[in-house]
Amino acid sequence: MAEVITLRESGVARVTAPIYLLLFPIPVVLFIAALVADIAYAKSGNIMWLNFSEWLIAAGFVFGALAAIVLIVEFIASRAIRTGTIGWTHLVLFFAALVVELFNMFFHTRDGFTAVVPVGMALSIIGVLLALAAVGTLFRLPVTWVVHRRAEVMS
Amino acid sequence: MNARTLLAAAACIALGACSSGGHDNFDKSTQYGPDPQLPEPSRALLPRMNVSKVVGWAQGETPTVPQGFEIEAIATGLSNPRNVYPLPNGDLLVVESKKDAKEPLERPKRMVMDWVEAKAHGGSGGGPSNRILLLRDSNGDGKPDAPSVLVDHLNAPFGVVVVGDALYVADTDALLRYPFKVGDTKVGGEATKVVDLPAGAINHHWTKSLTASPDGSKLYVGVGSNSNILERGPGAEMNRADILEVDPKTGGLDVFAMGLRNPNGLTFYPGSDVLWTVVNERDELGPDLVPDYMTSVKRGAFYGWPYSYWGQHEDARVRPQRPDLVKAAIKPDYGLSSHVAPLGLAFYTGSAFPPQFRGGAFIGEHGSWNRPERNGYKVVFIRFENGKPVGQPMDFVTDFLKGDGARGRPVGVAVDKAGALIVADDVGNTVWRVTPNAAS
Repeated sequence: MAEVITLRESGVARVTAPIYLLLFPIPVVLFIAALVADIAYAKSGNIMWLNFSEWLIAAGFVFGALAAIVLIVEFIASRAIRTGTIGWTHLVLFFAALVVELFNMFFHTRDGFTAVVPVGMALSIIGVLLALAAVGTLFRLPVTWVVHRRAEVMS
Repeated sequence: MNARTLLAAAACIALGACSSGGHDNFDKSTQYGPDPQLPEPSRALLPRMNVSKVVGWAQGETPTVPQGFEIEAIATGLSNPRNVYPLPNGDLLVVESKKDAKEPLERPKRMVMDWVEAKAHGGSGGGPSNRILLLRDSNGDGKPDAPSVLVDHLNAPFGVVVVGDALYVADTDALLRYPFKVGDTKVGGEATKVVDLPAGAINHHWTKSLTASPDGSKLYVGVGSNSNILERGPGAEMNRADILEVDPKTGGLDVFAMGLRNPNGLTFYPGSDVLWTVVNERDELGPDLVPDYMTSVKRGAFYGWPYSYWGQHEDARVRPQRPDLVKAAIKPDYGLSSHVAPLGLAFYTGSAFPPQFRGGAFIGEHGSWNRPERNGYKVVFIRFENGKPVGQPMDFVTDFLKGDGARGRPVGVAVDKAGALIVADDVGNTVWRVTPNAAS
C-alpha cells in the first residue's frame, strides 16, 4: 500500500471521486468539439457549424456545471484534495474554463459570423486551453488516489 | 482592480448596461425622415430586451387620440385581429390570425426567443382565430352589429383584397380566391388556390401582406424573411424578404422587389401606380439600429437585406458576403426610428379629417422588444406633399402601454367609407375606430 493513503478519506469523497472522474471529461471533449466547429464555420461560413458549436458549448457548460458541483463537494469532503497546491490548481483552471465558456455561450447566441469571428473563436481557444491544463493536473489529483486505493483494498 | 470591480464589470457586460456605443442619450427623432442618423453597431453580451407583458384593456379604457378626435372600440373580445379591410359599401372585414406552429429548435437561442414571443403575444384571446369576420353597421350609427364569419378555417391569413367579384386572401402558405361581391355576407363557394406562397417548417416572418394594382390586373404579396440576418442560410430565403407580383389569372409569380426584410402594409399611393410598404429592419445591432422604414418600391430594386442596411451600410454578420449586391442597394424613402415594428400602412383618402391629413400615411407600429426603452406601440401619422412624405411623424393613436405591460398593440390600419381610421389591435383583441370629435 502506498504512502499516499495516509490521509483518511470520508465516505462522501469515496462517492464523489468516481462521479467526478466520470463527469469531468465530458465538458472538455465538448469544448474541443465546439472549437473544431468554430474553425469550420470561420472557414466555410456554413451556418450548420455555428449551430453545432452553440449546442456543443451549451451542453459542455451544463455538464461542466454538474462536474463543478461535484468537485466542490469533493473539496469539502476530502482533506486530501485540499492539501497542497495541485488540487487548487485543478479547481482554478477548470472553473476558469467554465467562466470563459459561459461568456462564449452568450457570444455564440449572436446571429451570423460575428458570433464566432473574432471573439467567439478566441474564447473557444482560451476555454479549451484552460480545460486541457485542468486535464494535465487531473492525474496528479488525490481523487484518483481514492480509486486506486479502493482497487487495492478489494484485491 | 479588486474582485468587486471585476464583478461589477462582468455584470455590466452581461446586462448590457454599459455598452461602448453609449446610445443611452441617443435622440431617436434623428431617425425620422429620409436621412436617419445611424450609430455604430453595438451589441451587449446578451441582446438588450424589454418585452411587454400583455395586460389587456380594462373596461372603459381606450387608447389616446389627439384633441379634436375621438376613439371607440367597434369590436371587442376578438381572437388576435391583425388586419382590417373596409369595403366600399361600409362593411368592414377583420382578419383574425395566429401562427400556432413553433419554429424548429435549431439552436439553444430558440428557447429564449420562444419565451419572448409567447410573452409578447400572451393572452391573445382563446377563441377561434384564423378567420375573416364581417362587421356591418346596418343602422348607420357608426357602431357595427355583431360580427359574422365570412371565411373560416384559414391558415394564418393576413392580407385581403377585393378585386371585381373576387376576394383574395393571403394565407401564410398560399394566395386564395373566393367568389365574393361587395354586400355579400357569405363567400360564394370554396377557395381556389391562385399560387403557393413561401412558408415551410420555419416560416419565421409569416404575415403575407397583400394589395392589388389600381387596375386590378396584378396582385402584390409582401413576404418576410425566414431569419434575422440570413442565420438560417440562403436556402431558407427562397422568394423571401421580397415583394412578389402575382398574375391572378394565371398564378404566375415574379419577384417585384428584393431585400426588404419584412415588408407589410402594401398599398398603392392613391391616384398613382406607386407601391408603398413599411418594412421591419434587422435586430441585434443595438437599440438604435436599424431604423424601420416606409418606402415607395421600385420595380426590380434591391433594398439591402441581409447584406446591408440603409443603402451601403454593410452588415458584418452575414455570410456569404455580396459586395455586388451591397453596391446595388438603394436607400428607403423615410426612416421611422429603430425597432418600432411597422405592420400597417394606410393613406388617408377620406375627407372627414382636417385637410392636412389628406394623402398622408397612417402607420401601425406593433412595438419593440430589442431595445431597453420601448419604441413604437402606437399609430403615427406622416404628412405627404406631392406624393412624398414630409416632416416628422405625429403620434396619432397612443397609450397602448400601461406601466411595464401592453394593453394592446396596433397592427393593420385602414380608412373606412366614412373617412374614419380603423386600427386592428391584436393582443388587445379589439378593433378601434377614430373619428373627428363631434363637438369640434
